[in-house]
Order: sequence, then structure tokens, then C-alpha cells
Amino acid sequence: MIGQGISRTDGPIKVTGRAAYSAERQDAGPTLHGYILGAGIGRGRVARIDIAAAEAAPGVRLVWTHENAPEQGPAEGIEGDMMDRTRPELASDRINYYGMPIAFVVAESFEEARAAAGLIAVEYELEPGAFTLSGFGPDLNWRRPSQAGDIDQAMREGPVTLEETYSTPYHFSQPMELHACIADWRDGHLHLYLTAQMVNQLTTGLGKTLRLDPGAISIDSAYVGGGFGSKIVLHCEAVLASLATMALGQPVKLMLTRRQIFTLVGHRPASISRVRLAATPDGRLTALGHDALIQVRTDDAWDEGVSSVGKALYASPNRLTRQAHQALDVQPGEPVRGPGELPGLMVLESAMDELAEKLGMDPIELRLRNDTQIDPDKRLPLSGRRLADCLREGAEQFGWRDRPTRPASRRDGRWLVGYGVASSMRGHYQTSAEVLVRIEPDGFVIVRSDMTDIGTGTYTIVAQVVAEALGVPMSQIKVELAHTKHPKGNGAGGSWGAANTTVAADRAAAELRARIAVVAGTGYNDIFAEVRRHFPDGIEEIGKTLDNKDDPNYRTHAQYTYGASFAEVGVDIDTGEVRLRRMLGVFAAGRILNAKTARSQLIGGMIWGVSAALQEAGVLDPRHGHWVNGDFAEYLIPTHADIPAIDAIMLEDFDDKANHLGVKGIGELGAGGTGGSVANAVYNATGVRVRDFPITLAKLLPGLP
Amino acid sequence: MKPFSYERVASPGEAVEAAAARPGARFIAGGTNLLDLMKLGIEAPQHLIDVNRLGLDTIEPTAEGGLRIGALVRNADLAADRRVRRDYAVLARALVSGASGQLRNKATTAGNLMQRTRCPYFYNTDMPCNKRRPGSGCAAIGGLTHNLAVLGVSDACIATHPSDMCVALRALDATVETVGAGGRARSIPIAAFHRLPGDRPDIETALEPGELITAVTLPAPLGGVQLYRKVRERASYAFANLTVALVAEEGQIVRLAFGGLAAKPWRVEVAEGGDDADLAADLALAGATPTEDNAYKLPLARRTLKATLAQATEVRS
Repeated sequence: MIGQGISRTDGPIKVTGRAAYSAERQDAGPTLHGYILGAGIGRGRVARIDIAAAEAAPGVRLVWTHENAPEQGPAEGIEGDMMDRTRPELASDRINYYGMPIAFVVAESFEEARAAAGLIAVEYELEPGAFTLSGFGPDLNWRRPSQAGDIDQAMREGPVTLEETYSTPYHFSQPMELHACIADWRDGHLHLYLTAQMVNQLTTGLGKTLRLDPGAISIDSAYVGGGFGSKIVLHCEAVLASLATMALGQPVKLMLTRRQIFTLVGHRPASISRVRLAATPDGRLTALGHDALIQVRTDDAWDEGVSSVGKALYASPNRLTRQAHQALDVQPGEPVRGPGELPGLMVLESAMDELAEKLGMDPIELRLRNDTQIDPDKRLPLSGRRLADCLREGAEQFGWRDRPTRPASRRDGRWLVGYGVASSMRGHYQTSAEVLVRIEPDGFVIVRSDMTDIGTGTYTIVAQVVAEALGVPMSQIKVELAHTKHPKGNGAGGSWGAANTTVAADRAAAELRARIAVVAGTGYNDIFAEVRRHFPDGIEEIGKTLDNKDDPNYRTHAQYTYGASFAEVGVDIDTGEVRLRRMLGVFAAGRILNAKTARSQLIGGMIWGVSAALQEAGVLDPRHGHWVNGDFAEYLIPTHADIPAIDAIMLEDFDDKANHLGVKGIGELGAGGTGGSVANAVYNATGVRVRDFPITLAKLLPGLP
Repeated sequence: MKPFSYERVASPGEAVEAAAARPGARFIAGGTNLLDLMKLGIEAPQHLIDVNRLGLDTIEPTAEGGLRIGALVRNADLAADRRVRRDYAVLARALVSGASGQLRNKATTAGNLMQRTRCPYFYNTDMPCNKRRPGSGCAAIGGLTHNLAVLGVSDACIATHPSDMCVALRALDATVETVGAGGRARSIPIAAFHRLPGDRPDIETALEPGELITAVTLPAPLGGVQLYRKVRERASYAFANLTVALVAEEGQIVRLAFGGLAAKPWRVEVAEGGDDADLAADLALAGATPTEDNAYKLPLARRTLKATLAQATEVRS
């Protein structure tokens, strides 16, 4: 059962429109509708705001600005857990970033709310803002350093060295389902139908913001249409909808617009990297350095770990990875799929490709030669370190031996053709989680967890694992997820959700089997008959996982997942247009729970890598601080026509150091090294190395013949 | 979006009458551009006149051997028409390179002529824009101009025209048929239909207020090899970095127009009759005023033209 490519159990209700996403929920009855007016400047204050016309507009029930919004828990400092922070809205006249909410309208229809918001007259006091990541300055306060040996000396000694600067742009998660909340204040209890990746985690910050006991808040996120990190922390839609329902005593729906999702739910910060590599002539790394400058805010330091991937990817006696910050006046950064890894691997694996060329080596051979079984950073054995297997298997399956060994040497009509490879790596984390499994005497098993299914297949894999553990068909298992009333886990994020939830569920099931065996022996045929006989009210157990800091396996082993990515691209010799021709990913990520949903998730991640290498970039106006390309017409991501042959191979794997099921996470892994393989393929095709991502035709043209 | 009133009309005469009665009213057909602009507050007409039921949805041969394309012929239908594919391949190719299948099913011939620029500063109502709010200034100048115009720009506006279809129509010397107030019909050559920005970038076409497009007429077929090359950052559904509409015969340029370089399709009549792509590019790009962001369009135009002419010579069909 575990591992089989079983189709999603929630597939039929999703494709027939019967799975209600947050904004579609009817549980609260008819709702009022909210609309946010965002600031039209990047930094300054609201000097005057006139809401009289909006208040008088048809259907309007409420118009709030900083002058009349309810009092909320004050903003907290940047220390502490980002999950627990308050998020007061309309709390002052300050404008910290373009699009920041400056007014909120609630009306009887969405159209009325939006029309009324258009009647609000605002005068701004404009202040000069900082909107450009300018490069490494003289005053760098280095953070998160990981160090060994003396990199400066190793760079001096060489003999083969590489030092280059790379930049990566802003990225947005942009899930298909827009961020939305229906808030229903009823009998002193706040019910939220919220699109979220984690539910119980949100009640602390929301409770402090609303000055409400977290126990008086319920969140239900039964179906979520993608998250990619943007539905982890508390956002304005939950806060404003909650405040409004508490003020009006009626349910309030607030759904952000696609354009607002470019300003109100975080982004992947832009970065500038300096990479230093040194090697012996036979390709052994003697220096590996990655300095990364990350965009942050002064009041919010989401630190995209761009340099962190260099800590444990390859062995090098001299090593230094570290981060510096530059605060800009844009919205706070947030997790975006493959945080750190996606930009970091694209950069580091580009540099490795450049080093391989300097050495005259096959880029795969260079990577194999610097493989390690010991985590260079934690100095612990690496469990499940199968990078070499991924590279070798991928080389075989992809036909790496047929690659053009010299750049710009292969033509197919007007196309220049190139191959590229890159490694992937992603930390495997475990958090504390509880899952309840209950066997009902009526012949059903109920599994309850506050884990979400953000489109990844949680409902399905949990049912598979419990079906196998109890020896019952999946059709007799009901999985109930994503509600604060269920046992607390840590939701979907950080690629830990699948392992946390299935391991805890399996432990609960094992405990149930043990209890039943005590009274029924082990030779029974029908588990439900035994439950009816011995436990007429049903029987339940809660299974648990520990946070990785408390789990002995994490003290003795460093836990990661691995992959290798192979890309073939064509570059139009006349126009510089880059098109992917085919792509393969090979992954070692522990035991795979469901071959079908896992493949989908890995391929989805790989497409993110293609997007990052070739298309995707949030462009910030350096004068006004607004997102110039803040819609889907201008913020490019691949269309179907951009992704031809693509496949993901999952190596047979079992990581017994991760957990007793041998499973690890795959949510971020596919997105990891893929960008690097595409970038390297573009170089191989053209002989032009673009270090400022994405690689667009305008950047390639000057180097084309 | 502001509240608006709506009416549906049954004949071109009714349409222009309704428009005359409600100054500032807008005709709506496919709505693929206008509705987006209204939702974003870029356009706020008080009144919409739905012209979808006027007929005007057939493609008929003309006495001169050309085709008369009804204003309401959908882009998808026009691209699929056997006569268009055979005799006006540059138009069929331009149409299928535009937008997406869904949008082409809805978008009309007249609506495509009336598409407004995709300049990101035009689309952001927090920014000044002389097209959107005449006299307010141009935020695009000095801003991010990667995909903005390099030819025919003014101090008031550097926007490009987004249409693919119009570039082909310009190469083919189409004529726009209209009916105006009092039922007065007129024919506007495509060359005179779209305007350069000058000091009034808000006036984009030669249409008078309330004037309705009824058809687009194509002259008799030109023959030759007809190619449309759209250069873009992804394989589908992206606005052009630039486009080339080319009709060639035996290696000679018969017709040449560029898209993505200016506020209107950029026909290069002086290059027609020649066979030297470099010279044609020199002539096309004379007087270009690129920014640092969009200077790439100049070499790109030259290279794309060369490649397209070479392709036309190879095809010889």
C-alpha cells in the first residue's frame, strides 16, 4: 500500500468542484465582503484620508483607516518566532511598503466594496525610500557564518580558482487559490475558514492581535489550492476579516486580488552572491566560499538562506558561508518554495559548472570527486547521502555521455543545443506532531490531524499508511485534516508535513494494534469485529513525533534529501530565446509514500527551477518601490508550451535515521538544483555565462554569434 | 471598478445612435481588454454598449479580389479561415501567436484594433500616465522600460502597441471600415488608423468619438512567402519583445512591418523592394531612441529580420 501510485482520494471532488476552498465555504451562511485599499507609495505616511464618500456609497457597512480601526495588539520586534507575532493592521499612518493596507471597506457585495474603496481620497506625505539592492557595501554585519580552515589563504594558493558575483531576483509564491478568509464571530467564538498551510500555529499571533484567547479561535482549511510558503504566516486577510466580523456581528469574506498577492503575502528576497572556489588540478575543492547579501526590512529580517546550501553540499577543507542584510522599503520577505536552496543552488551550481570548465573536467566528475559522507558543517555522518547515486543514475538515463563537451558546439537548425547538470540538496526536518487514529465499531477508521493538504496529497498518503498499518482497505479510512480542533502538528511547510504526519499516524496505528492484540491475540481476521467485541465504544490512540532537537537520531546524523537535475535547452541563435527541450530529475528522498503524488510534486518543483533560471523575476521600480510587473501578464512563469518532456525518477530508498518508516520530505527538493542545470545548459549551448538571473534573451544577445 | 450602465443594440445604426446619446460610452464586444481595464480602474466608462449582436461576423470576398472581415469575427475564426490561411498567411500566423486560445475565441477583429498598451505604468493607477490621465506625466520614462518603445516615442509617452494582428494588417495594407454619427460611413487606411503619441498619447486612433468599426478590408492577395516571427521570453502567452511581419518573394522584401517597437505597427516602406536585411534594418531603426533597458531591441530587430528573410528565401513556397 505504502509507495503505490494511488490517485488522490480527494481528486474526484476537486475536479467536479465539490471540494470547497476557503472563499467558497458556505458554512457561515451569506457573508459581507471586504476590500483592501493599498498604499500607492513606497514609503511615507498618510497625511489625509477622506472616507465620507465611501461610507455613503451603496451597500457599504464599514470603512476603516488608521484613524478609526479597532485597537489591536501592538507590533512586536523581529526577535522570536515569526509564527507567533502579532500583525496589527491599519495601526498607524505609516506606510512601510507599496500596497500596504491603508483602508478597509466592508460592503454587501464585493463589487460595492471595491467601488467604495475607489472613492477614498488619500493624500500622502512621501519620504524617500530605499528600493535597490545595491551590492556588498563596506559595513557588512555577517550572519550565520559556517567556517572551516582559512578560505582566503586557500584562494591565494589555488591553483585553480574562481571568484564570481551572481544575483537572483524577487520571486513570488503565487498559488492558484488566492489568499482568502471567511470570518464568523458567533457566541464569543471566532470561526475562520482560511486558506492556510498551518492552522494551530496561527492562533497565537492572531489571538494577540485581536486580544482574544487563542482557544476562542477555530481555523478550518480543509482544502487549499497551493501554498508554496505564502500561506504559512499570519496575513492581513485573516486579521481584517476577523476584526470586521467582530465589529459587525456578521460573517465577512475577504479574498485578496491576484495583484494584491504581489504585495501582501511576502516574497522571496532578492540576493547578490559572491562565490569563491579553489581546487587542485584534479578537481578536489580546497576552498568553498559563498557570501550572500539578502534583502530584508529593518523591522522584519526573513533571512533567505542563500549561502546555507554551501555548508554541506561538498567537502572542502577551507570553507566559509555567510549572509549579510540590506534593509529596503518593501514588504517583509517570507518562505517561498525552496527557501535558500532555490536561489542558492542555482548560484553555487553555476559556479561549480564554471569551475569544471576551468579544470577541463566533466561537471559530474567534479561533483563526485567532492562528495562527502560527513556533513562538513555539523561534522556528523550524513544519513541517506546518495548524491552520487542520483548523479550516476541520471547521467545514464539522460544520456549525459552524448553531451556537447565544448560550449556552443552543437546545432539543430537555428537552435544552439546544450546540456546541463546540477546537484540538489535539502535539509530534512522533523517537528513535534500528534495524530489521532480511531477505529469505530461501525467499520471505519478515522484519522485526525491539523495537518493541511495544500494540493500535495496528504489525504491520500495518510490513508495509505494507516490502511497498511491496520490491514484495512483505504475505502474504510476517513481522513480529517486542517482544523484547529484536531491534534496539533506543524502543518505543511518546510517539507516536513508528510513525514511528521504519516510517522505519527503509523505510531498511533501500531499502538492500536498492540492494544487489540492484548485482548484478541494476533491471529484475528477482522479488526473491526475485534473492536466491536472488545471496545464497543471504539478505540483510539494518538501517535507522536518529536521535534528534531529532541530526537536522538538528529544528534547523531545529519539529515538531508538529495537529487540531481539534467536539462537540455535550445537557444535560438538569432533571437536568444531559450526553450527547454527536455529535463530529468533523479531523487533520493527516503521511502516514497505515493509514487504518483510524489512525482507530481517533484516535477512541479522542477518547473519552478526552470522558471527561476529563465523567466521569473519580480521587478521593483527603483524610484517608487512598486512591483512593476505585478500581474500574471508580466510576471512570467512557464506555460505548458514551455515544459516539454520532463520526468522525475525516485531512487528506491529508505532512511532509517529519519524515522521508522524511512520517509523524508520532497516538497522543496525538486525546486532545488533544477535552476542550476538549466543555467548550465544555456552556457553549454551558447558559451555565454549569465550570472544575473533570470537568463533572458536580452542578456544572451550580446554574446551570440 | 465604478458602477456603469449597459445596453445591448441590434444594428450598427442603433449602436452609433446610442453612442451619440451617451458621450463617453464605450462599445464592448469580446471584452477581453476593456473589462480588465475597468476592473483595474484604468477605464471607467459610465455606459457600455454591447455590440455582440450586430452580425458583422462573416468574412466575404470583395469585388477587388480581397476579403471583407466583419468587425465581430473572432480572432480564432479569422485565423482558421481557409482563405486567410492560404492568401494572407502573415495574418493567420500573427493571430495565432497572440494571446491564448481562450482569449482568441472571444476577442474580435475590431476589438483587437482597439487594444490598449500593456505598458506597466499605464496599468498602475498609482502612477502618472499621460494616456490614462492626460497631462499627469509619464512614469515609464526613467522607469523600467524593458518592453517599451524605441521608435516614434515622445516626451509624453513611450508605450508600445500590443497587437500582433495589427502588425500583419499594416503589412497587408488593410482598410478599416467604420460608421459614425448620422450613419456616415468612412474608410480609414490602417496606416492612418493608429497614431503616434505626440503630445496626446491618450488619443490612440483616428476614430471619432462614437464611431463604430464595422469591418476590416484586405486588398487582393499579395502572394509571396508570408511570415510572422514573434520573439518572446516564453513559448506562449507573452507580449512580444518584438515581431516581424514579412512578405517576401525570391529573397526580396515585398512588405515589412515590425511590432513591439512603437505605439503603432512600424511599417518600413522604404525597405520594400530591397533584398538586403541589414540595409532594411538600418532604414527601419533610423531615429530610434532606445533606453538602457530596451536597447537590446535594436540588434534583436536586425537579427530577427535577417533570420526571417533568410527563412522566407529558404521556404520559397
